Amino acid sequence: MEKYLYIALFAPLIGSLFASLFTAKKKNIITGIVTSLLLAVSFVSSFMLLLEVHENGALHVKMMDWIVAGNLQLPFGFVVDNVSVIMMVTVTLVSTVVHVYSIGYMAHDEGFNRFFAWLSAFVFSMLILVMSDNFVGLFIGWEGVGLCSWGLIGFWYKKHSASWAANEAFIMNRVADLGMLMGLFLIYWQFGTFSYDYVFSHIAQANPVIVTTIGAFLFIGAMGKSAQFPFHTWLADAMEGPTPVSALIHAATMVTAGVYLVIRASELYSLIPNIGYIIASLGAFVAVFAASMALVNRDLKRIIAYSTLSQLGYMFVAAGLGAYWIALFHLMTHAFFKSLLFLGAGNVMHAMDDELDIKKMGGLYDSMKVTAILMSVASVALCGIYPFAGFFSKDMILAAAFNEGAYFLWFALFIGAGMTAFYSFRLVMLVFFGEKVHKKLGFHPHETYPFVLWALLPLGILSIVAGFFEHSFEEFTTELLSKYELHLSHSVEMMLILATSSIAIGGVLFAIYKYRNGGFSKEIEKSGVYKLLINQYYIPDFYKKAVLEPYYALSKFAWKQIDVKVIDFSVDLIAKVLYSSGEKSRKMQSGNLSDMLKWMVVGIVVLLALAIFYRPVM
Amino acid sequence: MLTLTHYLILSAILFSIGILGVIRRKNLLMLFFSTEILLNAVNIGFVAVSKFYGDLSGQIFSFFIIAVAASEVAVGLGLLVLWYKRSGSIDLDSIMMMKG
Repeated sequence: MEKYLYIALFAPLIGSLFASLFTAKKKNIITGIVTSLLLAVSFVSSFMLLLEVHENGALHVKMMDWIVAGNLQLPFGFVVDNVSVIMMVTVTLVSTVVHVYSIGYMAHDEGFNRFFAWLSAFVFSMLILVMSDNFVGLFIGWEGVGLCSWGLIGFWYKKHSASWAANEAFIMNRVADLGMLMGLFLIYWQFGTFSYDYVFSHIAQANPVIVTTIGAFLFIGAMGKSAQFPFHTWLADAMEGPTPVSALIHAATMVTAGVYLVIRASELYSLIPNIGYIIASLGAFVAVFAASMALVNRDLKRIIAYSTLSQLGYMFVAAGLGAYWIALFHLMTHAFFKSLLFLGAGNVMHAMDDELDIKKMGGLYDSMKVTAILMSVASVALCGIYPFAGFFSKDMILAAAFNEGAYFLWFALFIGAGMTAFYSFRLVMLVFFGEKVHKKLGFHPHETYPFVLWALLPLGILSIVAGFFEHSFEEFTTELLSKYELHLSHSVEMMLILATSSIAIGGVLFAIYKYRNGGFSKEIEKSGVYKLLINQYYIPDFYKKAVLEPYYALSKFAWKQIDVKVIDFSVDLIAKVLYSSGEKSRKMQSGNLSDMLKWMVVGIVVLLALAIFYRPVM
Repeated sequence: MLTLTHYLILSAILFSIGILGVIRRKNLLMLFFSTEILLNAVNIGFVAVSKFYGDLSGQIFSFFIIAVAASEVAVGLGLLVLWYKRSGSIDLDSIMMMKG
């Protein structure tokens, strides 16, 4: 079975290396096809591994030693267990779809080959991240996906906003990664190893203060990668990248790495429920906070990005409250419907010549029926309406919050669910139905290639049916993760389901009703709340004023005062002294034999003087 | 009574004269004379010290120096004659081919 593991892991790498051979060349359809096929191979292998793990339990291989120095032994080891195999299947499935989709989406882009090289490299890094059997391997994958994310957000690097957003994402993640690194150092200090097995089996005997600190530091890393408050601003700006990238990296896989980390370290987090409660509270806060920003935004992709943030918040609530398998379940269903939503948005963008303002669309249903249906399916799944996938996972999270007695968190999530329903259908209504604003603006929308739509079909089906695997999923993952018992009576549970469903359906109906009748009046844009939300609570402005500008001033000071006047000056001084001494001493080289003889005599005198007067200390 | 010191003083005086000649003289022929004076100053030193210690190797060394000096002068004078035929001057300041 090891061979499936290696195939699943290295097929994307081979695809990436193959595509990178052609990066400087013109568009070559073969790179797209080869990388997609290799990804499909990787998906099939991951699926075989899923069956294998189901039959015979986890698979643990050590490929080779990587660093052996003193007491530090770091192998390249991989573990395929109930958690990582779920991640592998999700990642490779979504990646395969996104690769096929990108063949159509990037068809007219001159960076076609480069795109596939980056995209496959991303999948490889993500697989390293989820399959590693130690924290250092996880960290390598963690940084690898960060790098690929940087390369893909800034894919159109000639556009200033794109390269700026890429740098923002990269730098913000570095800040959070410092926390992660501190956590890793503490782990090594406490346990003397990085292996999951050893750390988690000895965690109960460790010093509780240090365990708490480790948990907090690791979560700071998770906050950066999963774009939780206060590191959230990069995710919305990351929408500058090509849409398949947003679907794969900034919705389905990379941003869920933080959730994966918390799930992977569940043995650690279940020992420190206080930190878990903080995680859950932050998650609930982000769930509402991000959803409120999505309510008013006019940018098609940003709305979906905020929705991703909000759903990540839901996952963190579940993970923080100890319902790890529920978090993982929501992670999986979310990956399906959110990537579908993004890819549908990509179709819309293509049809509208990269226009993103949803107020300029309207009535696109007539020209792109399939996309409209797929996006509506994804939106319904996102809202959590029975029997779509989101219903099962999101409902479980709300039930878990209620079960823990965290009624305030439950209420926040409940409100968040209503907002989610509203903004999802605001988007659907404004884009696909209502008045055809785009006609007035001279757009001629058209449906995309059929093969692209076929590629989206598996995601569409999964968005509908994935929820029904709830029980087998629970059974499978709780072999590794701790079980989560709901102590709610059946009637309370039914009440919760009813309440959540009704607020979701209420939100949907409200959006449909409102936008059928021409939407809100212009007056609302003048209100303070609207301004607060459209400006993202002024947080980007705050960061600019409080962090960027002082830092810029400090850097300028360091440049003008310290670098130029101290460092450059001293280095230049050395050069100047050497240069001027050379300029002066070159007069010795007059070429006259007599002068040379004189200098020779000077040399002899100096050497003689040395021989006579210099006595080295023995 | 002549002691070792006298010989060494003579050697030092000759050596200084030779050095002075090497520095001051511009005529190539005079330069050769100065070099010969330098070498013979050293020879005197060698022979005197050799006699003082009763060790022959110093005297043998000076024979070598005389032989080498003779061959050096032979080669040097040959070059000098050639140079004179070519440029008509044996003034040091006229030889400036090394000027950068």
